[in-house]
Amino acid sequence: MTDQAPILVILFPLMFAFVTPLLGWWKKDLCYPWVLCGLSLSTIFSIITLKEVLNTGVIHYHLGGWDPPWGIEYVIDHLNSFILVLVASISLLVAIYSKRLVKEENPEKEAYFYTLFLLQVTGFLGIVATGDLFNLYVFLEIASLAGYALIAIGEGQAPFATFRYLVMGTIGACFYLLGVGYLYMVTGSLNMADLSQILPNLYHSKVVMVALIFFLVGVAIKMALFPLHAWLPDAYTYAPSATSALVAPLMTKVSVYVMIRIIYTVFKPYYSIEILPVNLILGWLAVIAILYGVIMALRQVDIKRMFCYILIAEIGYMVGGVGLANRLGLTGAILHIMNDALMITCLFLVAGAVVYKLGGHNINQLRDAFKKMPFSMAAFAVVGLSLIGVPPTCGFFSKWYLILGAIEAENWIFIVALLLSSAINAILFFKIVEIAYYGEASHDHNEDSNGGNTIDEAPVSILIPLGVVALAIILAGIFSGKIVSGIIQFAVPPNL
Amino acid sequence: MDMETITSIKPLLATVTPLLCILLIILSRRIPNLRELWTIIASLVTFSIVASMVKTLYTGKVIAYKLVEVYPGIDVAFRVDAFGLFFALLSSFLWIVVSFYSIGYMRSLNEHSQTRYYAFFAVAISSALGVAFSSNLFTLYLFYEILTVCTYPLVTHNQDNEARSSGRIYLGYLLGTSVAFFLPAILFTYYFAGTLDFSLHGILNGKASNGMITFLFLLFLFGIGKAAIMPFNGWLPRAMVAPTPVSALLHAVAVVKAGVFCQLRVYFNIFGVELLHNQNLDIFLIYFVSITILLGSLFALKQDDIKAMLAYSTISQLSYIILAAGLYSYHGMLGGVVHIVMHGFGKITLFMCAGSILCGAHIKKISRLGGIGRRMPITMLAFFFGALSVAGIPPFGGFMSKWFLALGSIEAHQWPILVVLLTSTLMNLGYFMPVVFISFFGKDSESVKRDPDIREPSPFIVAPLAFTALVSLAIFFYPYPFIRLAEIFVKSMMGG
Repeated sequence: MTDQAPILVILFPLMFAFVTPLLGWWKKDLCYPWVLCGLSLSTIFSIITLKEVLNTGVIHYHLGGWDPPWGIEYVIDHLNSFILVLVASISLLVAIYSKRLVKEENPEKEAYFYTLFLLQVTGFLGIVATGDLFNLYVFLEIASLAGYALIAIGEGQAPFATFRYLVMGTIGACFYLLGVGYLYMVTGSLNMADLSQILPNLYHSKVVMVALIFFLVGVAIKMALFPLHAWLPDAYTYAPSATSALVAPLMTKVSVYVMIRIIYTVFKPYYSIEILPVNLILGWLAVIAILYGVIMALRQVDIKRMFCYILIAEIGYMVGGVGLANRLGLTGAILHIMNDALMITCLFLVAGAVVYKLGGHNINQLRDAFKKMPFSMAAFAVVGLSLIGVPPTCGFFSKWYLILGAIEAENWIFIVALLLSSAINAILFFKIVEIAYYGEASHDHNEDSNGGNTIDEAPVSILIPLGVVALAIILAGIFSGKIVSGIIQFAVPPNL
Repeated sequence: MDMETITSIKPLLATVTPLLCILLIILSRRIPNLRELWTIIASLVTFSIVASMVKTLYTGKVIAYKLVEVYPGIDVAFRVDAFGLFFALLSSFLWIVVSFYSIGYMRSLNEHSQTRYYAFFAVAISSALGVAFSSNLFTLYLFYEILTVCTYPLVTHNQDNEARSSGRIYLGYLLGTSVAFFLPAILFTYYFAGTLDFSLHGILNGKASNGMITFLFLLFLFGIGKAAIMPFNGWLPRAMVAPTPVSALLHAVAVVKAGVFCQLRVYFNIFGVELLHNQNLDIFLIYFVSITILLGSLFALKQDDIKAMLAYSTISQLSYIILAAGLYSYHGMLGGVVHIVMHGFGKITLFMCAGSILCGAHIKKISRLGGIGRRMPITMLAFFFGALSVAGIPPFGGFMSKWFLALGSIEAHQWPILVVLLTSTLMNLGYFMPVVFISFFGKDSESVKRDPDIREPSPFIVAPLAFTALVSLAIFFYPYPFIRLAEIFVKSMMGG
């Protein structure tokens, strides 16, 4: 069974997705345990895969026994095995979390919601696992289409926001597909490993250059890198709580992963860095994204929208790390894929809990939230400190590697952007804390004697995933040394 | 450092004990007497653990304990040397005293949210001890930041508009300086020195250009905002909005002394006194902090709020301690280090007196204190003792450190510093003595006349302040073990 682990990680959510509508047609209440079951299996196999990679090295899995470059190959190395575990486990946590929210926000439609949910996860996992450029496109489309549908279910302007996202997302996918086509034209191959062997002889070709540019533009749209971010805030703000908690942290991270794959695996670093000034462009875009993101976040009165802009800024961190093009910078970027996935998940989980209990996501609805929802707000405090970069939370360590990488690359402007964003994140965080902590002018002086009566916390199915993610933010920080020396240092290309 | 090292879990235990007590505090939140009992027990246990390390250090050994590696070559690790133990001994001892005082103060004013208050107080003590026991800059920064964050709910305890704006200033200064200057300083230090471990003669010698050393020096000087060196002193007077026990222990001892402790640690064990001396940075340092010494005292003169006066007095006195790093002489260093303790006992007495006056007479202004000494003789006598000690008049503890500092400035041929010290002493007497005089010999003020109920508050308030007042006296005659630890530390740096 363990030989098949790489494919089982993806097959479980896919197969479970097909059965979900039938199950929902028979008995609606079975959908939720069924989804949890599928995602748990997927998570278990992703952990098995990671262990296998750590013990024996890179796994090459040939789909249907067809040899590459003709057949589809899954290549699981340290980089993507690590991200597989991340994606699978966060999906599982969000699925646990979705129980009450789906019932409340989409009653009677649970079966369809969970089908799409599983397809979405399948898409993410497939993008990460595959070693084939066209197969990656297929999964990208599965993830995107499921995503459009999931977001369109949401409130208010969700359908309009989805339409905008759909147009942008399709353009992005087209750019990516054109890139694949151009490379296929000149090389006749779609396999990443194969391409990286063939391409160095063709680096003089304009077609190859255009292909790389198309790839990057396509991926930049999918990850909402400034200035191609405009679709993101609306889409994730109006999406149902469980959807934004799944899509917001993972879609962007998976896209960053694809970017790293293309720059460092499909192309050799010296081509994408020295021949084309990709790193220079990415570096500047990252700085602008970080500053734009945090400044726009400051202006928001809707917490979900505020978190969306924080997300746009955080993408700048990762892209900037990739653009530094040295070991420390890329280590920081990969570490931040994990850290940021945890932080953004936590933020949107809190937002969902707030929507569920306090009835909306306007910042003023958080009044007295510390008293009403002490556990949710404690989780929010953890993620807030992590965003500011207070040790021992994980956000500090991302900054640590990124800044050291920036010192090495002598990219001072990136350091200034990182520090400035820390400072602005502190303002953002305490802006929310102030509203949630001070509440009304009058306060109950006998709270200790009759305290507890005012607590009105979110249900356990929401609190457990929230607690797990908040704890993970701290643990990922404390053990970041182990994660880097055990996994990430092998994920960074050795010649960098 | 090149000294015999013993591995022991004691520093970890001392740091964790207050944290464990938080759980008990929260569990027994409905039974105030039990809840406070946990604080008292934890403070006694913590102090015993700290005190049990004194013997080991007398023999010239150091105690080390490594917790976890967070980054290749960088650990969260403890290392107890004479200087760290010196600070830990002071903080943990005064925690016992202030715990009793808190009980009296918080109950007499019928304060709200006392559970939260005791819990965060314990976190603050834990992180102050963490700062004291840190073996490298990373661990130091970790606890430094936690100390900033966990004192926020204490400073803003009142949760009114004044607390809100003071909280903003508090965090703005402390987080702002640490993110903008302290963190980059640490990263640059790591980049140049390749390590962050404290070493007897510094780690930067010969590792970076002279210009870079000066740049780093300035980053550290302004980055450690808790030392309240001008121009980053604005947060301390504003933090006085906190309940008085918080001002007493945290803003006269734990937090601000953690600030000067970090400053001295960096100058002694990161730069090394020789390096500072060779680059004339020591001269710059002493004249730069002289401005704070004089202006702090000057501002204290014109305050009418008792706690505000004490805050400015603290700002001035903290810079006395910084002189230790700049006076390149045995007695200069000794004086600065010993002043941590001498000022600690004196100033905590003064703050507790201010709280006692608030509880017993509901007065906050100096101008209304006329005649209060006749109604509250113990409090005002203790105030007198504390004032004499802080001003540095024999036979009180403060005289000893000031004597050493004066001697040190003569040894270092820095005559102007002697003048600064004497001028500041005169100003100290200028703002303290009128308070003592009018309270005993002045006419009854309007507020005192109007209120026949003014009397000494509960013994929980009066006993601790009388105790520390007597300690400020006794420590002049019997300054061990503090002076011995300070001697061990200074001698080890001067090369035996």
